[in-house]
Amino acid sequence: MAKVLILIDHASGKVAKTAGELATFAKRAGDCVGLILAPEGQSQALSEQLANTVIGQVIAVESNDFAKHGQGCILDAITQVVEKVKPDAILIPSTSAGKEIAGRLAIRLNSGVITDAIDFTSDLSATQSVFGGSFTVSSKVSAGIPVITIRPSAIEAEVGSSAPTFEKVDVLISEKGKLVTITDSKPAVKGGRPELTEAKVVISGGRGTNGDFKPVEALADLLGAAVGASRAATDAGWYPHTHQVGQTGKTVSPQLYLACGISGAIQHRAGMQTSKTIVAINKDPEAPIFDVADFGVVGDLFAVLPQAGQAISAKRA
Amino acid sequence: MPMKIAICVKQVPDSWAEKKMVDGLLDRASVDAVLNDLDEYAIEEALRIIEPLNAEGATHSITLISMGPERASEAIRKGLSMGADEAILISDSALSGSDALTTSKVLAKVISDGGFDLVFCGTESTDARMSVIPAMLAERLGWAQLTFAGSVKVDPSSSRVEIARMSESGVEVMSAVLPCVVSVIEKINEPRYPSFKGIMAAKKKTIAIKSLSDIGISPSEVGVSGAWSAVLDAKARPPRDKGIKIEDSGEGGLKLAEFLQEKRLV
Repeated sequence: MAKVLILIDHASGKVAKTAGELATFAKRAGDCVGLILAPEGQSQALSEQLANTVIGQVIAVESNDFAKHGQGCILDAITQVVEKVKPDAILIPSTSAGKEIAGRLAIRLNSGVITDAIDFTSDLSATQSVFGGSFTVSSKVSAGIPVITIRPSAIEAEVGSSAPTFEKVDVLISEKGKLVTITDSKPAVKGGRPELTEAKVVISGGRGTNGDFKPVEALADLLGAAVGASRAATDAGWYPHTHQVGQTGKTVSPQLYLACGISGAIQHRAGMQTSKTIVAINKDPEAPIFDVADFGVVGDLFAVLPQAGQAISAKRA
Repeated sequence: MPMKIAICVKQVPDSWAEKKMVDGLLDRASVDAVLNDLDEYAIEEALRIIEPLNAEGATHSITLISMGPERASEAIRKGLSMGADEAILISDSALSGSDALTTSKVLAKVISDGGFDLVFCGTESTDARMSVIPAMLAERLGWAQLTFAGSVKVDPSSSRVEIARMSESGVEVMSAVLPCVVSVIEKINEPRYPSFKGIMAAKKKTIAIKSLSDIGISPSEVGVSGAWSAVLDAKARPPRDKGIKIEDSGEGGLKLAEFLQEKRLV
C-alpha cells in the first residue's frame, strides 16, 4: 500500500482548508500521513482540527525556528521526516511558499517536481492546466519521490470518521537552515471574505468600475464571494494587487466567476477561464470577455449588480 | 568590495500577442520573443540600488544571465539598454526541453563560477509560471532565499539585505547577509524605458554566448533525457459552449439573478 505524505498548511492556529483536500487526493493512492510543522506547544491543537479528514496519521515537528527563520528550517524538518516515513509521494498546497518548498525539496531528494496540479491519481501521476487553461497535461515524476503541489479547491474534501493518530518527532535544524531571519510578520488581513484562490464564487471588477468597487463588494458579500480585480484596476490603485486575477496575478477556478466591467484581455482570461460558470457584465458588446461567458449582460454594472442583488435577496427572504 | 549582481532573465513569447491567433491557435512564428515582463522589475530594482552608490564612486556591476536559444540575445539586449553592464547567454541545443530542475542547475553553475554575491530574479516567467526558480537557485547555491520582495534594502557596508516579502499569506520582513537570492514582485517599482543613449550603449555591451561544455555541464544531465518527469498526455481544453448574451434594457439584473438561480449558483 502506498503512503502519501501531505504538508498541513496553517495560519494563526487554524488548519487551512487545503489539508482535507490534499488528504482526499492522497487517499486515492493509499494511506495519508499529515505533517504539521508548528511553534512549540501548538501541534496537538492543530492535529485535533483534522478529526473530520481522511488523514490516518499525523506527524508533528515543533520548533519556534519555523517562524523565525522560515523555509530553510521547514526544509530541514521535511527532509528528515521524509527519511523516517519513506513516503511514495509528497503533496504540498500550491501556495507561493508551498511551491518554493516543493522546488527546493525536490532538489534535496533528487526527485522530480510537478507544480499547480489540479488532479492526482492512484498511480501517482498529476494533471496540470497550462497556458492559461487552454491545455491540460498529465505527467508523472520519473525519478525519486514525486513532489507535487496541488491547487487549493481542486477537489471537494472527503469527510473522515476517525481522528488521526498523533506523534511528535524531533529534528535537527542546520545552521544553513537559519540563513534568513524574520523580524516582523503581519498575516494577511482576512476580511469577512474568503481567500481568492479558495473561494467558490469570485466577483471581479475592472476598468468599468471607475474605481468604485462598492457594487462589486456588495454582491460579493451577499453571495459569500471573494473579490478579484483586473490588472487595469490594480494598476490604477483601485484595488490591492493581491486581488489581481490574470496572467501576472492569481489564477482562479471557482464554480462561478463574475467579471464586472472587465474587457477580458487574454492576460485576464488566462487567470479565470477554467472557472465552471462565467458571467460577464460590460457596456461594450464587443468586449472579448463575452467570448468566454456563459451568460453575458451588455449593460452598466452600476445598474445590473444592485438589481441582481435585490432579486437574489428577495428570493431568499 | 564591489558587489557583483547577477540577474536571471528569460526570453518569452510576447504575452500581448492576442491579435496573432490563427484558427484559434497562437501563431508562434509571428509572435515576437520579448524579455519576460517580470524580469524588468528585477533589473530596475538592481539599478536603483547600485546607481546612487556608483555615483559616489562605487563600482558595483550587473550581469544578466539567461538560458535559451541564440535568438534570446534580442531580449537580453533590452535589459542591457536599461543599464545592465553585460550578459551571459547559455545556449545549447541539448538544453531544449529542460525543466526547472535543469534550468536552476545551469543558472546556479554560472552564478557560482562567476563570483557573484547577489542574484535578482522576477517572481516568475509569463510563459511557464512555476515561480520556483529563485527558490531552487537558493537551494542549489546554499544561499539565503529572500523571495517575493515588495521592497528591498541593501546595506553594502554590513552586506545585509532586507526585504518585505509580500504573498497571499501576508507581509514578512526578513533579512540575511550576502550572498543571497532575491526575487521581486511587480509592484516594487515602475521599470524605466530604455533611453536612446541606453540603446546605443547596449550595442557595444558584451553578450557572452556559452555552450554547456563551456560552463562544464554534461549534455546527458540536461534536456528531455535529464528531465525528472515525463508527460503522459496533453490535450487542448474543449472550447466553451457559446453562452447567452442579453442587452440590458432595465431588467438585466433580474435576468442575471434568474440565470444564477436556475443554475443553483446562489
